[in-house]
Amino acid sequence: MDTLNSLVDLQAGTVSREIFVNDEIFRQELERIFGRAWLFVGHEDLVPKPDDFFVSRMGTESVILTRDRQGKINVLLNSCMHRGMKLCRSDGGNTRAFTCPYHGWSYSTDGRLVETPGELVGVPGFATHYRGELDKKSWGLVHCPRVVNYKGTIWASWDAKAPDFEDYLGGFRIYLDAALDHRDGREGGSEMVGGVQKWRVKCNWKFAAENFIGDLYHDISHRSVDLVGIGPSGGKGRRDRPRGRTTIGFPGLGHGGLAELPHHAEPDYVATYRNHPEVEEYYRQVHEARVRNLGDRLRVTTGTGTIFPNMSFHGRQPRTIAVFHPISPTEMEMWRIYLVDRDAPQVVKDVARHYYLRYSGPGGMTESDDMENWVYATEASMGPVARRFPYNYQMGAGHSQPIPELPGGFDGGEYSEQNARVLYGRWKQLMEGGDWDALMAPGSHAAMEPAHG
Amino acid sequence: MGEVMADDRLSAMLLEHEIRGFLHAEADLLDDRRFPEWLDLLAEDVRYWMPITRNVRHDQSALEYTREQQDSCWFDEGKETLRQRVQQLQTGIHWAEEPRSRTAHLLTNIRIVSALPDAASAKEVEVRSRFLLYRNRIHDETDILAGKRLDHLRREEGGWRISRREIRLDQSVLLAKNLTTFF
Repeated sequence: MDTLNSLVDLQAGTVSREIFVNDEIFRQELERIFGRAWLFVGHEDLVPKPDDFFVSRMGTESVILTRDRQGKINVLLNSCMHRGMKLCRSDGGNTRAFTCPYHGWSYSTDGRLVETPGELVGVPGFATHYRGELDKKSWGLVHCPRVVNYKGTIWASWDAKAPDFEDYLGGFRIYLDAALDHRDGREGGSEMVGGVQKWRVKCNWKFAAENFIGDLYHDISHRSVDLVGIGPSGGKGRRDRPRGRTTIGFPGLGHGGLAELPHHAEPDYVATYRNHPEVEEYYRQVHEARVRNLGDRLRVTTGTGTIFPNMSFHGRQPRTIAVFHPISPTEMEMWRIYLVDRDAPQVVKDVARHYYLRYSGPGGMTESDDMENWVYATEASMGPVARRFPYNYQMGAGHSQPIPELPGGFDGGEYSEQNARVLYGRWKQLMEGGDWDALMAPGSHAAMEPAHG
Repeated sequence: MGEVMADDRLSAMLLEHEIRGFLHAEADLLDDRRFPEWLDLLAEDVRYWMPITRNVRHDQSALEYTREQQDSCWFDEGKETLRQRVQQLQTGIHWAEEPRSRTAHLLTNIRIVSALPDAASAKEVEVRSRFLLYRNRIHDETDILAGKRLDHLRREEGGWRISRREIRLDQSVLLAKNLTTFF
């Protein structure tokens, strides 16, 4: 296999097509990236009550997200320890114990019964067939050693040594907060609309991560929807006009987005959702509350962003979470979850839901065209001749500026491929292996060095 | 008495024949890509809704489909947004449909489950059917989407109009990269 430096050449601003189509590289990604990084696995609204569970994915593996009787959220590998049978084949539900249909081993997360989540509690024929000799304590379900609930979003890592999640987010946290916090500035305060869209796309998962980390340049993809106009204030375009978008990336972390630079004063209110006076009025009141709640605290609004490796979010219009689960080098399963302010009036939630669904997802008038590009870019990159020629990521190289308020953060300007370089730079670091101390050390800013020396 | 019965059964047969003809003609408009004419078959207050299907335990079938007007779904449209979708197709730069998909809407098991006030003078009917939507585009991109449809039709001036369409897709993970065709 080619060396990582030739696959991702940040100096030249090129990335080999191999990393989008190669089986061996894909296999290594599963170990070195999906086996170590913090991954988005769901939302607490998917498991509101004790014993609720939701079946999610981490990389190519099925995991069970479950809330135990003590209220704690656990993540378990969805595979029986006896013969590997997939324990939960439904998408979710509520259960006291996970019982395998193959030979009947059963597992529990109830802290009163077990010491570790997913411990083996029931073995048919334990006394007779096993003669009481099976060491049940060592045959519990594999449970994820690191799980956090961050403002309702659930994240997990298989690596016990992974940095704390908030350190992993680093300075980019303020942008994720802007998507998850209440519009009026209160922490948390969002809820998910029920149900998760899941669909298969025959493209490499990184196309989607790259798309949402900050690729304003792909506007032509969406010209048809812009001509029609689906924004909530009428007229052309997809959304209400965003304020001062720029490319904000964290090369030492791999995260980035298209968003505002941080600022202390709330800009003047601009009417949005003008087709829906009740909703417009809600956002006017929210603006006033936001001015009061935030005072002179640092704040941003977010357009889109990607948390390395495979979670992206839209923070404003629409407001949604996307995950890109790898299936093979040339296929992913994409998920979308939609967010609204938890205490918003029903009409605000309804208008938001309708707008999100005409924008995003496989039936979304915007997103449907993205998939066309990702799929046929993947297909046209598979041939041995095509693979010799790397993709070009040179836009804006050498023109990024540090962001004083956000240590480790860089502003690439409105149109720049800075954040794709951030993404693939971090991808390369993870693929090289190395311990988290080195991975989290400040000063890893290779993505910002100028092209061509 | 016997003649009345025969009349009722004849009315039901004639209505079913009429409705089947309407739905087949509608499918022709979609497969012939005559989308503006298709739009004309939709009532102004049409509701076009496609919930997400989930895998649930046998005794939790109430959770199998996401809830109308509350949860996420694949489509939740009125006439205005369906019109916008047709406009988008007509721009010629809606890349997901450029070049256009070939579709075949196969409609079967068409059954009238209610007719109001009655079959002989029906103003509103509820029709169940199965669909198989075959889509092929470019070279090898092929989607086969099958499921159930529950349509409400209303007799208006000028003929039958679709006032509600609920589409239940028999897939939980959608095995198509996008949904840029109508059901």
